[in-house]
Amino acid sequence: MSLHASPGRVRRDASASPALAASAPSGTSDGSDAAAQSRAKRTAMPTLAGWGRLAVAGRETTTESFSADTRGAVLSRGLGRSYGDSSLPAAPDDKVVCSRLANRILAFDPETGAIHAEAGLSLAELNRIFIPRGFFSPVTPGTKFVTVGGMVASDVHGKNHHVAGCFGAHVTQLRLRLADDALITCSPTEHADLFYATIGGMGLTGHILDVQFKLTTIASPWVHMESQRVANIDEFLAALSEAAPRWPMTMGWIDCLSQGSALGRGILMAGRWAEADQAPRNPPSMPLEKRMPIELPNWALNTATASAFNSAYYWSHFAHKKTTLVGPEPFFYPLDAVTEWNKAYGPRGFTQYQCVIPRAAGARGVRDFMVLLTKLGGASPLCVIKDCGPQGLGMLSFPLEGTSIAVDMAISADLQRIIDHLNAFVIETGGRIYLTKDRFTRPDHFRAMEPRLDSFFHVRKRWDPHGRLRSAQSVRLFGDRP
Amino acid sequence: MKAVILGGTSGMGRAIAQQLAERGDAVFLLGLDEADLAASAGDLQARHPSHAPASYALCNLEKPEGFEAALDAADAALGGFDAVIVTAAMFATQEALERDVELTRRLVTVNYANTVVFCEHARKRLLARGGGKLVVFSSVAGDRGRKPVAIYGSSKAGLSVYLEALDHKFHEAGLHVLCVKPGFVKTAMTAGLKPPPFAGTPEGVAKSVLGAMDSGKPMIYAPSMWALVMLVIRKLPRAIMRKIGF
Repeated sequence: MSLHASPGRVRRDASASPALAASAPSGTSDGSDAAAQSRAKRTAMPTLAGWGRLAVAGRETTTESFSADTRGAVLSRGLGRSYGDSSLPAAPDDKVVCSRLANRILAFDPETGAIHAEAGLSLAELNRIFIPRGFFSPVTPGTKFVTVGGMVASDVHGKNHHVAGCFGAHVTQLRLRLADDALITCSPTEHADLFYATIGGMGLTGHILDVQFKLTTIASPWVHMESQRVANIDEFLAALSEAAPRWPMTMGWIDCLSQGSALGRGILMAGRWAEADQAPRNPPSMPLEKRMPIELPNWALNTATASAFNSAYYWSHFAHKKTTLVGPEPFFYPLDAVTEWNKAYGPRGFTQYQCVIPRAAGARGVRDFMVLLTKLGGASPLCVIKDCGPQGLGMLSFPLEGTSIAVDMAISADLQRIIDHLNAFVIETGGRIYLTKDRFTRPDHFRAMEPRLDSFFHVRKRWDPHGRLRSAQSVRLFGDRP
Repeated sequence: MKAVILGGTSGMGRAIAQQLAERGDAVFLLGLDEADLAASAGDLQARHPSHAPASYALCNLEKPEGFEAALDAADAALGGFDAVIVTAAMFATQEALERDVELTRRLVTVNYANTVVFCEHARKRLLARGGGKLVVFSSVAGDRGRKPVAIYGSSKAGLSVYLEALDHKFHEAGLHVLCVKPGFVKTAMTAGLKPPPFAGTPEGVAKSVLGAMDSGKPMIYAPSMWALVMLVIRKLPRAIMRKIGF
């Protein structure tokens, strides 16, 4: 089996227009995507991109008066950290508003941890302000550069999913601007259909203006972490389920380039907030901000370099098991240490494939997925595994009880084929993919994964009868008007 | 520090208010919209709960008759302020201003005449109590007559000259004047414009402003990159300025 991200292949992609190379593998579009991109490039039209760096023509309005500016808008976005096209406009003239400057904390009750914040408040800000005061977000994704509005729209999950569920499970009230510009408040008891369609609804039910949720208390700003090297995928799954009842936070890094008996080897990390008497008196120091200084060329990250990195990382974990006290930054956000690390993939851009394989498919299902992934050549230094708890109430929320696997993949001519194969496998197991990461899933595949789609459409129709709200992703996957 | 911020609910003013509050300085907000002021005051309170709640009063740069009352309210709430920060101003594109002479009149009145009047009230109060800090946002647009910002820039040029003169005249008496010249910063004010390569963020500018307030600088460019850009622009011969569109 050849590995497709070979340097030669990548160089050829780059010699074409990067924008064209980026969208060429997208078999789901009729090429209008590519045309729009190259048009944007030629005429220096403003573009918007997700974290995967595939740009489309469009512009966003970023103002403090976010709430007022959502009038007439068809999509709002936060920090643009979704990987694919969730936060991108379906057409260059679609009005897109950015919540980033709507960053006020409207109320906070230190007795209960209840917080009311504008949608653009970032998790980085929230952590900076509240960790020293002994509070932390009930759920955090793997980056702190997200807004609370985005955390609702993606219904993010974290290392504690097996005990805490998704972020939406901790949201008590939302204020939205609906497609007809009306303002509305919803909660689990008030307009509950709208509330649960908005939790994980990718911003397609209304513009999320402000969010009320509950912070959890932490006894210290230090995390007690145990990490262990794991030799293969079966051992990994056993270790994850063994750690779950003992640790409130677990996740694993997998060397997805290893094969044979070492297939799925990696490092399992488990942690809990340290008690005050176990932690140093001083708060952990914030790591210095490092920035990816340049965009690396496309060939820099290839199978050989990724494989070398993975081996080095795996073997650098000397002891079989070790216990340390670490700060929240290296524990929750290791990749945030390098600002704009997405430039490491070069101008071609990248995507992340994240799926969840139900518990019913067993260890066998996960192992077969890893075998397929290796066979297809999803070369990447980043592969993350996590066991998820039960499905939450968000109508389109990603997690369900099983094993979630996330793999970064550089854009290549083969990518669409790889993702189609993986999706076909995931459908077989009864699993699904995470919209926040997705750019390449075919609409028929998504429908096959998502029996809840019709009830989501039903609620959406009720609150946006004319289908005004849309994104590039909703046009691609939900059949919204193009 | 006990600071009054005119324009402290939005853009760079909001970021300055947040950073002052977080480090424990008392803040009083002046602005146009009561609900917006209340939301911002709540935000400052949440960021620094051990402090007395931030309060606010309405103040509109188009209505100079209200300046004294607004400063009275600030003085009463803070028990005598020792810093006044003005980030509020009007912005309009050159095309819009050329189309609408009334808009031009309003903009130059707010950005120059009324801002100077507000500063005069403020600096008199500060000098009467032995000095203090007066921080006013001008603009890089005031450094040189340029085609795309002919009218807006001239209003800021007048303001910059006034602030420089204030610094010369009252420095000895204890008035520390800081003229902030922001380049392009992504806020509501510049929402319709295409950001240049090194556009700043409100948080970044606020950080530099607090640094300059503490170290006693009379003038800063923010982001600092603009100091270099404007050095070149100021030196460009007139014949070249006529030709280029910058």
